[in-house]
Amino acid sequence: MAKSKRFFMYLFLSIAAIVSIFPFLWMVVSSTNQSVDVTRGRLLPGTHLLENLRKLLDTTDLQLSLMNSAKISITTTLLALLIASLAGYGFEVFRSRSKDIVFNILLLSMMIPFAALMIPLYRMFGQISNVFPWMGIDTIVSVILPTVTTAFLIFFFRQSTKMFPKELLEAGRMDGLSELGIFLRIYLPTMKTTYAAGAIITFMSSWNNYLWPLIVLQTPQTKTMPLLISTLGSGYAPDYGMIMIAIVIGTIPTALVFFVMQKQFVAGMIGSVK
Amino acid sequence: MHQTNSKLRFRTKSVLTGWSFVLLAVILIFVFYFYPMLQALILSFQTGTGSNLTFTGFDNYSRLLSDKTFIVSVKNTFIYLLVQVPLMIILALFISVLLNDSKLRFKGFFRTAIFLPCVTSLVAYSVVFKYLFSGNGLVNTMLLKLHLVSAPIEWITDPFWAKITIIIAITWRWTGYNMIFYLSALQNIDHSIYEAAKIDGASSTRQFFGITVPLLKPIILFTSITSTIGTLQLFDEVMNITKGGPGNATQTISQYIYNLSFKYAADFGYAATVSYSIVIMIALLSVIQFKVAGDKNG
Repeated sequence: MAKSKRFFMYLFLSIAAIVSIFPFLWMVVSSTNQSVDVTRGRLLPGTHLLENLRKLLDTTDLQLSLMNSAKISITTTLLALLIASLAGYGFEVFRSRSKDIVFNILLLSMMIPFAALMIPLYRMFGQISNVFPWMGIDTIVSVILPTVTTAFLIFFFRQSTKMFPKELLEAGRMDGLSELGIFLRIYLPTMKTTYAAGAIITFMSSWNNYLWPLIVLQTPQTKTMPLLISTLGSGYAPDYGMIMIAIVIGTIPTALVFFVMQKQFVAGMIGSVK
Repeated sequence: MHQTNSKLRFRTKSVLTGWSFVLLAVILIFVFYFYPMLQALILSFQTGTGSNLTFTGFDNYSRLLSDKTFIVSVKNTFIYLLVQVPLMIILALFISVLLNDSKLRFKGFFRTAIFLPCVTSLVAYSVVFKYLFSGNGLVNTMLLKLHLVSAPIEWITDPFWAKITIIIAITWRWTGYNMIFYLSALQNIDHSIYEAAKIDGASSTRQFFGITVPLLKPIILFTSITSTIGTLQLFDEVMNITKGGPGNATQTISQYIYNLSFKYAADFGYAATVSYSIVIMIALLSVIQFKVAGDKNG
């Protein structure tokens, strides 16, 4: 009985793992095949990888989209970590009744659907365009600003700050460090795993963001990777091999970030759930 | 007197320091969440195209109730919600309990494999799924070869199967994500509780419903609320797999709002009204979920 239970356990997990991995394998294999072979369901690697890549470079501005996505995601991640960790730390270390109320109001913003924000935000950036074109519609700033602060990340940092040893705070004060000095020199290095987990979450959601960039980025010069992939995939006679190499390239950065920081990610998540 | 003065000054200073840490975040959230939210409310009472807007009272709201496309979008969204969220949560719970087994081998491999879908962008995986599930796509080819079906399934072009395809896709993308939350919470449960239950002769099913589920309730509530909010805003997948079709069979509320604002004649006022319907649904569903979870607590 126990043995057959073990067997079904491994069988179930293996099926789940195969189903999870299969679309990735297919996407990578297809990026090396010709379009016809992809539609025929060929599951073996082919020899058309470089040809597909060349076609992609010829028909799209891949480097530009990669650069746009990189600029947006890296800036968003750095700013988001700084803003949210300052706030999470501030809410936890300098507690007061009024601050708890403000914190709860901020949490309410997690319930606001983006669908309700997109039209006012679009009009807001339209108006900004008239005064400051560098941060209006069709700029990288307009993609970053509305997404850079999330109540979730503030909540995440506040939860993790509960685990931060308060004796270190006192020690810092005794040594005559300023409050900002304590934050930068003691808190920041101690909370590395929390920052790593926060970085993964933010980088991934920023790199993969679609709806807001779709609305606010309107010229080919500002296209991000998801926008590029979306337009490639919507054609009537799609070149499957070429699209697959675009998807593979678009997935590499988030996959890399995840694998490099996986340990910290799990540790950071556990810290926040406790 | 002098002493109380300096104490007061110290307190004011520390209060100010505290606020200065949180100020930037507070300002940004008010400017980019609460202010637009208010703007959307005002817009929802206005009508017109582009920026030529006039106030029309509750006209937009009464239009909602007789708008067939809106009603279809709401229906579709709720079908996704009612089928997908419970399915995914049960699946994620089940997998995380299996992965938490101390004797399980290859744990790291299984965990990473099942979490892997989370690294893809919604757009990228949607395009991959669109081709996997197309009429002559790989899924149909395999089903035919295994003799599980006699004719290819119209995954994308049939109203029923198109919804199923969307549900399969979202489940593939998000199960691993929810699983990580449950795994983290499971690791915090003291093993001695299970040991004691085993000594009392409780079966693993009883342990699951008697210990695991009650202890994970806050996390289950958290994931079901975030999944509900996510599903009510579903956009990327439908846009890239089916474009909302066939007809409006897979269209979601978010996609309808997008179409109203940026595809048709830019009716921002009415689009804002439709967007408020999501706000109200999220609020109602969250209250219900809190109530349900609270009641069981006794």
